[in-house]
Formats: sequence, C-alpha cells, structure tokens
Amino acid sequence: MVSSSSGASSRPSARAGVEVRLEDLKRRYAGVTALDGLSLTLAPGELVALLGPSGCGKTTALRLVAGLEETDGGRVVFGGEDVTNVPANKREIGMVFQAYSLFPHMTAMQNVAFGMQLHRVGVAERRKRASDMLELVGLSPHAHKYAHQLSGGQQQRVALARALAIKPKVLLLDEPLSALDAKVRARLRDEIRRVQLEVGTTTLFVTHDQEEALAIADRVGVMQSGRLEQLGPPMTVYSRPATPFVASFVGLTNRLNGVVRDGAVEVRGTRLPLVQTDATNGPAVALVRPEAVTLAGEGDSTPGPLNGTVIATAFLGATSRVTVDLGDVTVLAQLATSDAAAHPAGTRVRLALRPDPVLIERDEAAPDHG
Amino acid sequence: MNSARRLRLRIFRITVFLVMGAFFLVPIGAMFEFSTRGNSLTAPRTLDTWTAIIKVPDLVQAISVSLQLAVITSVAMLALLLPTMVWVRLRLPALRRIIEFICLLPLTVPAIALVVGMVPLYRWIKINVSESILMLAFAYLVLVLPYSYRTLDAGLASIDLKTLTEAARSLGAGWGTVMLRVVVPNMSTAILNACLLSVALVLGEFTFANLLLYENLQVAILYQSFVSAGTSIAVAVAALMFAFVLLLILSFVGRPRERVARAEEAA
Ligand SMILES: Nc1ncnc2c1ncn2[C@@H]1O[C@H](COP(=O)(O)OP(=O)(O)OP(=O)(O)O)[C@@H](O)[C@H]1O
Ligand SMILES: [Mg+2]
Repeated sequence: MVSSSSGASSRPSARAGVEVRLEDLKRRYAGVTALDGLSLTLAPGELVALLGPSGCGKTTALRLVAGLEETDGGRVVFGGEDVTNVPANKREIGMVFQAYSLFPHMTAMQNVAFGMQLHRVGVAERRKRASDMLELVGLSPHAHKYAHQLSGGQQQRVALARALAIKPKVLLLDEPLSALDAKVRARLRDEIRRVQLEVGTTTLFVTHDQEEALAIADRVGVMQSGRLEQLGPPMTVYSRPATPFVASFVGLTNRLNGVVRDGAVEVRGTRLPLVQTDATNGPAVALVRPEAVTLAGEGDSTPGPLNGTVIATAFLGATSRVTVDLGDVTVLAQLATSDAAAHPAGTRVRLALRPDPVLIERDEAAPDHG
Repeated sequence: MNSARRLRLRIFRITVFLVMGAFFLVPIGAMFEFSTRGNSLTAPRTLDTWTAIIKVPDLVQAISVSLQLAVITSVAMLALLLPTMVWVRLRLPALRRIIEFICLLPLTVPAIALVVGMVPLYRWIKINVSESILMLAFAYLVLVLPYSYRTLDAGLASIDLKTLTEAARSLGAGWGTVMLRVVVPNMSTAILNACLLSVALVLGEFTFANLLLYENLQVAILYQSFVSAGTSIAVAVAALMFAFVLLLILSFVGRPRERVARAEEAA
C-alpha cells in the first residue's frame, strides 16, 4: 500500500478511484450561463477542490457530475465510460450536500446502511460495513441516534459515511462544512481528507472558502463565471496565480502602480521580478501579497516613496494585518503579531517589498500576453 | 401579575373547552338518549334500536359500502396527489399555483352545483361502465381534494424534499423507492391526517349519493328514519362516534419519531 502521509501534493495512485473527466460542460438557466465550457480531469484517487465566488457555477458543476441536473453540452466520463445520459441513481456516486441531508426517520446506522440495501448488499455485510464506516468517521457511539439528536458536524460525518458506504466511483462534496463553526470546520475538513486518502475515492470538493480548498486538495481549480481560471496544486495557485482574478480571489492582494521595464516591474523604487515574463514595457498595476510586505520603524531615514503611517492593525492570531497609509494609497502588510506590536496605529513606518515574482495587470485592456 | 395572567388564561381555556365540548357533545348525548328510549315514556332504557342495526340488511350493506368508499377514496387520493405534488415541487415549481388552484376549486363550488354537473356523467357511467355504488369514489375524490391537498402540502413543506430526494437518488434509489422509503415515512403524519379527513368526509356524505341515486350510509339512515326513527338515530350516533374517534386518533398521532427518541433518552 502506498503511504499517503507525505503531504498534499502526493497522489494516492494505486487506489480504488477511477479517472473522472468533465469535458466542455455547459449549462444555462433562463438567461444565466451557469457553466460555460468547464473541462477538468481528476486522476484516480485525486481530490480536486473547486473554488470560486458565489454564483460562479461550482454547485452546478457538481450536480452535472452527479446527474442531478442535465447538461446543455459536454460530457461526463467516469473511468472511460460516458455517463452523461446515465441517471443519478445509476451513476455510482456518493454525495454530501451543503444542507443537512440525513433521512430523519432513520438512525445514523440505518442511514449508512440505506444505500447498501439498495445495492443489494447482504444483511451481514451491510451491518459490518455500516459500523466500519461509522467507526471511520468516529461516530460508533452514536450509531443509534436520529439526525435531530446529532450535532451539525456529526450529521455531516454520518452523511460522509453514508456516501462512502456504497463504495462510489466518485465522491462529490458540496460545501459540506459551510454550516459549521470555524473550529469544527477545520477539524472536519482534515478528517474528510484523512478518510478520503484512506479510501482512495476520486473526489470533487466544492467550496468558496479558499483556506479550506488550499488545505485539503491535491489540486485546486479556481472558477469564475462558469469557467476554470486556473487549475494547479495549492502552492502554485497561491504563489503563482495565473490571472489577476486568481491573485485577488485567493489571498489578499495589494494593487500598486508601477512601470514595467526590462522584464521587471518597478514599484515605488523597488524592482520586482515578473510572473508574466513576456510583458511589454510600460505602466502596469503590480499585485503584491500582504506577506511580501515588511515594516521597519522610520527612524531618521530620509522621506521615501515607501514611508507611511500605520492606520489600523487587525489581530488574526499568530499573525496580524497592518494597514499603512502611503499618502496616495493604502497597503496591507501581514506580519508576525510580535512584529506588528512594534508599530501601533499612528506611528510612522518604512515599508519594504520582498522581491517575489508578481503578477501585473494593465489598466488599458491591451492584451499583454499571448 | 404573571401568575394572575396565567390563571386568567387557564380559566379562559377551560371555558372555551367546556363550551365547545357542550356544543359537540350535547346533541350527540341527546341523540343517544333518544335512541335508547323504549316505546313509551315509562318504558325502561333499552339498546334494542342499536341491536336492530345489524338486523336491517340495507343498513349493514350501506355501512359496508360507505367504509369501502372511504378506503378507496383515501387510497386513490394518495395515489393521485402525493406523486403529483412531489413532482411539481421538484420539477415544475411554476405549476404549483395552478395545481393548488385546481385542488382548492371544489371548495368554492357548492356541493349541489357540483352534483348537478356530475349527473350526466354518472348517467353515462351507470350505462357504460358499472352500476356499482363504488363509482361514487370518483365524485368523492373531487370532494376530498381541497382538504387532502392542504394537509399534504403542509407535510411536504415540513421536510427538505429536494435534498432528501437527491440524497436518496445519489445512493441509488429510483423514483419509486424515493417515494415509498423516503417521502412517505417522513410525512406519515400528514398522510394519516389526509386519510382520516377523507374517511370522515366520505362517511358523512349525503348530497352526492342522494342526488346521484346511490344508497350510502347517510342515505340509508334517512330511509331508515321513515321505518324506525330510533334505529336511524342509533346509526347516526355510531357514525358520528366513529368519525369522532378517527379525529381523536388524528390529534394523538404525534410524530412517532420524537416519541421513540424521547423514550430512548429516558432509557
Ligand atoms: N435552478 C436554477 N435556476 C436558475 N438559475 C440557477 C439555478 N441554479 C443555479 N442558477 C444560477 O446559476 C449560476 C451558478 O449557480 P451555482 O449554484 O452553481 O453557484 P455556486 O458557485 O455554487 O455558488 P454558491 O457559492 O453561492 O453556492 C448562478 O448565477 C445561479 O443564479
Ligand atoms: Mg453552491
């Protein structure tokens, strides 16, 4: 068995999952294009998170894969088999919904056993697998409770066990954690990842929470208006966003005016390397991450373009986000809380920009890359 | 002040209960009293009229037929309404208002007008389909539609139909399984209510049967009253009590799930 503890980028290869292909999926609702040609291939056993703002078509994509909604074009392929016209109940999918979806008239155990019953799994096997599944999600002591006797997090875990119990080809998760509070959410998302790695089912996970997507996925797909903007490992999506939209959606971004010259962009006297190496010379807006901004006390240094005044500090736990007013623009800097404490609101500070490669955006809608 | 208010509320509640109770029970009590009178004022109390019920073949026949009609109407109502309402809610939400309008329509049409409209239809049915009184079930289906619709609609509104059916379908359930194993068990109270209302309505129905020339329970009671007032009243009381017991059951059938859960918690 392949060990899967070596980090988010490892792919559990020799597992039960099948390859899942979404080919040019289209879906229109009266006047609204919910999906505009979405193509995506999930490797067997891979967990891909679809991330995007509200209304960008994430749920629609998932429902098309599940067969709960009909396509207006394109194909869905499970392990080489075209299932586009197969009804939902014949697709062998497991799905966890955003809304609580346990059958209220059944206990947790009966919920988990229900799908197996429909798949004609024998009584003994059914009972065994149902308790195994509940064990897997850590709910054995609650096996005989009804949904209304379980907490929200417990209900979603039962729903996960229920979806996995039928050994689905594909696991589909539609913001299963969005109804839970932050702490439970973080714990449960790690648990989902652990269970998914253990079972090895190819999984499509929909969320609008970037932290969740980056934490859990092998690859993250960022969507906008029914299209995939970028697909890649979490690290890449975060540190090398392919488009300005991805840069501003995943993580916070400072937009600073600068000038492109000889393959680098000059921002307020600092030269920063470019992500788009083919950018032509001229004015541009550089997208700079808050964590690439550092602060120093102004001391007796001469006034410069990066000197300003701290106007606010947001405490985030281990780090703090400091807002600095540079006169013509405000800049966010994310620092260790201990460093931020040295610069309370009202003090003068001097900023420095770490020379990480940055994306640029051009105001005049000129195509700046092929 | 709070306790005074509570006391006043309590008194108000008891008063309402007593007045309404008297309103319902006094006539029934009086009917019962009448049905147990002997032949003269001085004669001892007797249940003769009650035992006579089963000795009148027409009455027995009418009771049996009315019960059959009640069952057929309820089953047909469920078979017609439940899948339609589920489908409309899930797939054709735009049609919901129209369906509701159609289902509530019989409520706004006077029974007499409905029957007059049905007379030619039933003449045709008697000649071409069957003379059986069970054909009345079609008319009764229309009659119970508004009440059943309302009850079932409330039941459907109380569950997350879309998510539950989609969850079941993703687990491999076809539409039949979804209906029988997910929808029905989760709105059993509403279904039971709709059935009991239908039964009560059918058992008490007179106008349709009489004008369409069928002899159901109420019509038979009327005929019997020409022969023996005592027996006809006895049957009427029995029918009323039956409906009353049904409605009583209805109000006591809570949500079984909750009771199970409470029992489990107590254990
Ligand atoms: N049944 C429907 N009828 C009409 N329009 C719909 C329907 N379902 C979705 N849409 C539209 O399609 C677009 C995509 O919706 P979708 O539910 O896929 O968004 P989403 O990315 O899941 O958003 P969220 O993060 O808010 O859940 C939206 O503009 C939405 O209004
Ligand atoms: Mg959604």
